[in-house]
Amino acid sequence: MVYLITQTLNGLFSAALLFLIAGGLTLVFGVMRIVNIAHGSFYMLGVYVAFSVFTRTQSLLAASLAAMLVVGGIGFAMQRLFLRRFASQPLPEMMMTMGFALLFRDGAFLIWGGDPFTLAYPSALRGSLDVYDVVFPIYRLFVILVAAAVGVLLGVLNEKTLIGAKLRAAVDDPEMAAGTGVPVALLSGLVFGVGAALAAFGGVMGGPILGGYPGMDFDLLPLAFVVVIIGGMGSLKGAVVGSIVVGMIDNFGKALVPELSYFTLFAPMVVMLAVKPTGLYGRN
Amino acid sequence: MRKIAAVFALLTVVSAARLGGLAGQTAPRPPANDPIRVGFVGPLSGAYAQNGRDIQNGMLLYFEQIGFQAAGRKIEVIAEDDEAIPATSLTKARKLIERDQVDVMAGALLSSTGYALAPYIEASQIPMIYPVVSADDLTQRLRGQWIIRTGWTGSQPNHAFGEYAFHTLKLKKVATIALDYAFGWESVGGFQRTFEAEGGQISQKIWCPVSVHDFAPYLAQISRDVDAVYALFLGRSALQFMRQYEEFGLKKRILLIGAGPTTDEHVLPAMGDEALGVITALHYSAALDTPANRAFVAAYRQKYNKIPSYYAESMYTGAKWLVAAIEAVGGRVEDRAAFLQALRTVKLTDLPRGPVELDDYGNPIENVYVRKVERVNGALQNTVIATFPRVSQFWKYDPAAYLRQPLYSRQYVPPAP
Amino acid sequence: MEETSSTLSRRKLAILIVAFAGLVAAPPFFNLALPGLASYSVGLLTEMLIFGLLAMSLDILLGYTGMPSFGHAGFFGVAAYAVAVLSTRHHAGFWLTVAMGLAVGTLLSAAFGLLVSHVRDVYFLMITLALGMVLWGVSYRWIPMTGGDNGISGLPRLESHLGIPWSGPLPFYYLTLIVFLACCALLALLVNSPFGLTLKGIRESESRMKSLGVNTWLHRYLSYVISGAFASIAGILWAYYNRYVSPTYLDLTASSELFLMVTLGGPGTLVGPAIGAGAIVLLKNVISAYTERWLLILGAVYILTILWAPQGLWNLGGRHRSKS
Repeated sequence: MVYLITQTLNGLFSAALLFLIAGGLTLVFGVMRIVNIAHGSFYMLGVYVAFSVFTRTQSLLAASLAAMLVVGGIGFAMQRLFLRRFASQPLPEMMMTMGFALLFRDGAFLIWGGDPFTLAYPSALRGSLDVYDVVFPIYRLFVILVAAAVGVLLGVLNEKTLIGAKLRAAVDDPEMAAGTGVPVALLSGLVFGVGAALAAFGGVMGGPILGGYPGMDFDLLPLAFVVVIIGGMGSLKGAVVGSIVVGMIDNFGKALVPELSYFTLFAPMVVMLAVKPTGLYGRN
Repeated sequence: MRKIAAVFALLTVVSAARLGGLAGQTAPRPPANDPIRVGFVGPLSGAYAQNGRDIQNGMLLYFEQIGFQAAGRKIEVIAEDDEAIPATSLTKARKLIERDQVDVMAGALLSSTGYALAPYIEASQIPMIYPVVSADDLTQRLRGQWIIRTGWTGSQPNHAFGEYAFHTLKLKKVATIALDYAFGWESVGGFQRTFEAEGGQISQKIWCPVSVHDFAPYLAQISRDVDAVYALFLGRSALQFMRQYEEFGLKKRILLIGAGPTTDEHVLPAMGDEALGVITALHYSAALDTPANRAFVAAYRQKYNKIPSYYAESMYTGAKWLVAAIEAVGGRVEDRAAFLQALRTVKLTDLPRGPVELDDYGNPIENVYVRKVERVNGALQNTVIATFPRVSQFWKYDPAAYLRQPLYSRQYVPPAP
Repeated sequence: MEETSSTLSRRKLAILIVAFAGLVAAPPFFNLALPGLASYSVGLLTEMLIFGLLAMSLDILLGYTGMPSFGHAGFFGVAAYAVAVLSTRHHAGFWLTVAMGLAVGTLLSAAFGLLVSHVRDVYFLMITLALGMVLWGVSYRWIPMTGGDNGISGLPRLESHLGIPWSGPLPFYYLTLIVFLACCALLALLVNSPFGLTLKGIRESESRMKSLGVNTWLHRYLSYVISGAFASIAGILWAYYNRYVSPTYLDLTASSELFLMVTLGGPGTLVGPAIGAGAIVLLKNVISAYTERWLLILGAVYILTILWAPQGLWNLGGRHRSKS
């Protein structure tokens, strides 16, 4: 029983991190129809920037804000200056994100070196809850709550605000939306930037536990893809559900059938794509 | 038209590169006036870049200290990046050996690279030093003639540690958690063999895929009634594991011990209090209190602004080893057979890690240090609390009998009595 | 939407003839320099040819049929593993090993093809990525068969036949060249045949082809299997060249680099991807000899090439495709 509770809680924690990363990816895809191979790089840059800011300010809040602003800005610039030239050619667009992924990777190594690091826990969130033999770290609970809050915020923004409406218009029918004065190009850039910032925020949130290290850009990317596929590209709700599904399968799979840990993750993805490619909540 | 231009541009670049390659080449080299060329291959980019650079830095530090000179000849190092991909290391090795005509090779980090290069090195009949590659079999059943190690085998320090854990730490029941590949199997296997031979019991073995970053599903499986947990991780996984071991309340309940890389200096500075008190075993510690090591650590720190890891020490020793062999043959490295023989018979006592000589299989016989993580002068260090002198890869067993046992793998096969 | 004709312009044909002549005639002249430099250069050319073949196989799928596969290195790796296992553990004869390598790779693509051929566009990309990850996971975890992370080393050298030591750098190069040219001819025949033209039609507009009565699923499936078969040939060559096989042959990095080779070279041309592969192999080796920042430079080169030639180098000045 204890085991079950711990694994479930940890499944939720994995889901929380995955949501932050995959949420950005699905947003970008919904707007731009491209697979952003540099998305893992945003996640990586987020925790690296946070590390630099944190060593100077000792504040996780400041580090998060800085990471989101810097990486969001990079994402925005990347889209506006480079990617939008290929709006109608998904393949070159995707390959360009790949070129950027390489740039970011070597750039990060050049600036920060290759030693791995972790961020320090905020002092209020150190330690773990110990209830009836179930031990679970407080920080992980915090991450779950934060991710939930972000999900709610995004949902509200999307459904209930004017900018959300404009965004949905821009996604559904760009020409029509542009015709009614919706700044489609600017919105696309903004969405890309927000997607990048979300991924960066995910990196920072994972910082005290998973830290930063070279190669993390491609470590988490396949997982993010799995979430987006299962949940449905372009759907925020899908990202939430997909994250939870993937988080749970991953954790329980690793615990119960460790030899098959790679399959427990990718087999559901294959099945979903073969049966219903648009995922649980995706639209075509 | 643009197409033609593009292709011609490409062909020009290619030809220029080719011509550049040819131009850089000199005629067949006369000995003695020419520099001794050392070919270094290792990961200088990607996930293992820092470890590869540590190895390279250790080597360069020593060469700098002696002015890149040995036996009256200059030493020239040509380094190539293998990205920790075996096929790439083969390509780069070909470049170093065939194009750059190096006299000796050194490097490689991962066991897979070690296995990939071995047949080619043997066929090329050029000596190669493996400073870090620890795959047991490369100096056992698959040993060749031209490859020697200045590092260790994965099981080597763990044989000693198993006995220490039982007799000195008085542990009876241990759970192991390690990365699920040969390095993990060989570390755990070595520990298990001697620990159980003395009367201990490995009650649980947990294997984590090499790509692991969240240990929660594994930590939750550790049964509470063990005396200690033995862990093998390295790099960022060691950092993450330490963090999470404490996160889940295990640190204050169960003693953590492990293989040396888990607390090695390549990650120790990034750890916090969660690493205090962890006991590991390795053939080196940067906190080893000998004059040779103190000098090495000081020099390394001054040049690279960090304490040396065992990766750095491995090729510092390797470089020293090379130079000793070069001097033994009076600089005539072109006689490769004689040079190889010299490499195999080098004995050094003033290395940072202590005295080292090679056994008949080309693997070091060296001290194994049991270390405990402590905070001294504000910084974490691996304080040496016990020393096992002259440990070979076969521990106390007869090599022939040892080799009749299968290689350590995921499933441990206890030796026949 | 324009369509270039399937015959090459005279200029392009001239370039190709010069290139082929160079590939055939030049290597023996390398010996005029130094033997070591010669064997290294010939080795590099061999690598370029092997990856050129692999890239061409992906071009059938990606360039001609419009199916962007992000797991194509899987068949390359599986064939290499088959060769490795049979030749080291079972000491099988050369021809049997080669045949089995080809058979295993092709059968696998036949099996996977059933799962994926109806999937389209970015979803096809994802499902092939996932299958590639599954294959990589198998190669990593099925340790009794694949040796796991260590890989399989010590593949036997090719023996001498007809008085030629086939394992030497120059003979192996010519062997690779012969295989490469033979595959080029087969692939060229394929893409210019009615089947090949139908593939291009499916790429441009599947609904139109369906309305003409074409069984588009079958064509897509066959395209997948054929490209898997040619990838397997490249895998067999690579296994014998390195005499070593490892999970890195079919991981995500390998598949994505392969994808890059095709898209930079110019999908849908066969020649373009071959050139792209050769150029990337050469660039990686040449640049890294001069600077440690080769990854940065490579990324910049990719970005600049895409900016300047979004449809790939060989398609410069040619058609413009606005459909994915």
